[in-house]
Amino acid sequence: MNTEAINPSAANSAARLAAGFADPVHDAQNCFRKVMQAMARPGTLQTFEPGLTDLPAPLTAMGAAVALTLLDYDTPVWLDPALAKSPDAVSFLRFHTGAPIVDVPVEAAFALVSEPERLTGLGNFPQGTPDYPDQSATLVLMNQTFGKGASLKLKGPGIKDVARFSTSPVPTTFWDQVQANNAQFPRGVDVIFTGEAQIAALPRSTQLTRPEA
Amino acid sequence: MTLPVSKSIAPDEGSYNFAYLDEQTKRMIRRAILKGIAIPGYQVPFASREMPMPYGWGTGGVQVTAAILGADDTLKVIDQGSDDTTNAVAIRGFFEKTAGVATTTSTEDASIIQTRHRIPEMALNSNQILVFQVPIPEPLRFLEPRETETRKMHALEEYGLMHVKLYEDIAKNGHIATTYAYPVEVNGRYVMDPSPTPKFDNPKIDNMEALQLYGAGREKRIYAIPPYTKVKSLDFDDYPFEVQSFDKPCGLCNAEGVYLDEVILDDKGGRMFVCSDSDHCEERRANGHLGPMAADPAATLLSGGTQEKGQ
Repeated sequence: MNTEAINPSAANSAARLAAGFADPVHDAQNCFRKVMQAMARPGTLQTFEPGLTDLPAPLTAMGAAVALTLLDYDTPVWLDPALAKSPDAVSFLRFHTGAPIVDVPVEAAFALVSEPERLTGLGNFPQGTPDYPDQSATLVLMNQTFGKGASLKLKGPGIKDVARFSTSPVPTTFWDQVQANNAQFPRGVDVIFTGEAQIAALPRSTQLTRPEA
Repeated sequence: MTLPVSKSIAPDEGSYNFAYLDEQTKRMIRRAILKGIAIPGYQVPFASREMPMPYGWGTGGVQVTAAILGADDTLKVIDQGSDDTTNAVAIRGFFEKTAGVATTTSTEDASIIQTRHRIPEMALNSNQILVFQVPIPEPLRFLEPRETETRKMHALEEYGLMHVKLYEDIAKNGHIATTYAYPVEVNGRYVMDPSPTPKFDNPKIDNMEALQLYGAGREKRIYAIPPYTKVKSLDFDDYPFEVQSFDKPCGLCNAEGVYLDEVILDDKGGRMFVCSDSDHCEERRANGHLGPMAADPAATLLSGGTQEKGQ
């Protein structure tokens, strides 16, 4: 990944590089607190104005904000094919975060997914080990519309009694995978859902019940 | 980008980054916090930094607070329940200087409360975050010194040794003699050290509305308990978990069912018991509650002069 040649299209796009946070310290802090609250209270929607404009498609403002907040040279990141195909999006992430971009999900600490409906199985990402369950991936799903799709019942840490959650789009087998992900607790991946102005999360600790079909 | 510059620093002296830590360090700590929340009770290793205070003075808690703190937060710092002891005053001053945030002694007004070894008497709400300073995060450490082994024990959920320890307490003393850092089981999985808070505070950890973050600087571990998480103090069916009880109320504010500190008044056996939570005690006195020792001359000294106003 370090030896990647600078290709001409990437060099040309440097002129069009979009700006990061206007106030990197406080915008990142604000974004982190929303992500933290989302993770601590699974299924709740946290509202946040990312304040990023003119981003290279298919990168969304909220997805980019989470990336700027959590990624750096310590976090190998996997981009879904649509993102990886966009030299502008790649150079934006490379310039602003410095995160190494990896080709295979299993090497990733984070995954940015711009086309969630085409997401590969959660099991392809690092799940952590019994000794180090923290050495697992965090997935950031973009373009989510909350309140759409199957109405799920959530239980577990961070949830008083039961919470309701629905979001779309996700792959057809996604919720089965989330259930399987929870079943192997403490191993597993954590998922952050990003919409236009809202963030939600499902950590591996959340038990999910689907409506009876 | 504008950074708040403390008025006490001349402009040419420059200033720290907001809340002292550099941004990469904050990101690293933030990632560890998210993992900690996702795996309640599991100790996440993190690259703890040297802080401008010695290990043992809350470097873990300070780093966690610095990573989550925002310009609009209101910070409260307590040390054994008190807002005005050395550690609390120093850390409060540290964030006033490096972050320019508002600070308070009022539990109600705080959005972040950093604590050393106590949980406020007042129930916390869902907008608050409680940050613990932790000396030894590993509950099994004094039973098994090897990290490789304790890590395996957590992985295998093998906590028999901890129950043996509690059993030995009963065999020797007739009751479970552990009174602080009392081990808990988080969400039916990980056994966790709630830091050296008195076991009196353990029931507050269970199903708390506020998010709890634990930082151990020297031991380089962060762990967390999300809100509304089942936290059970370890015990036996025939020796159920019990908290300390006090036969007298607080000498200053007459509060019952709170954790009390013993204060020696003279060398003739004089003593009094007062609330360990100084804010709780002051608020009660402001509302007119007076304890049996409130009129004692020693009480005037203890209560930081607030008594004088009442007289």
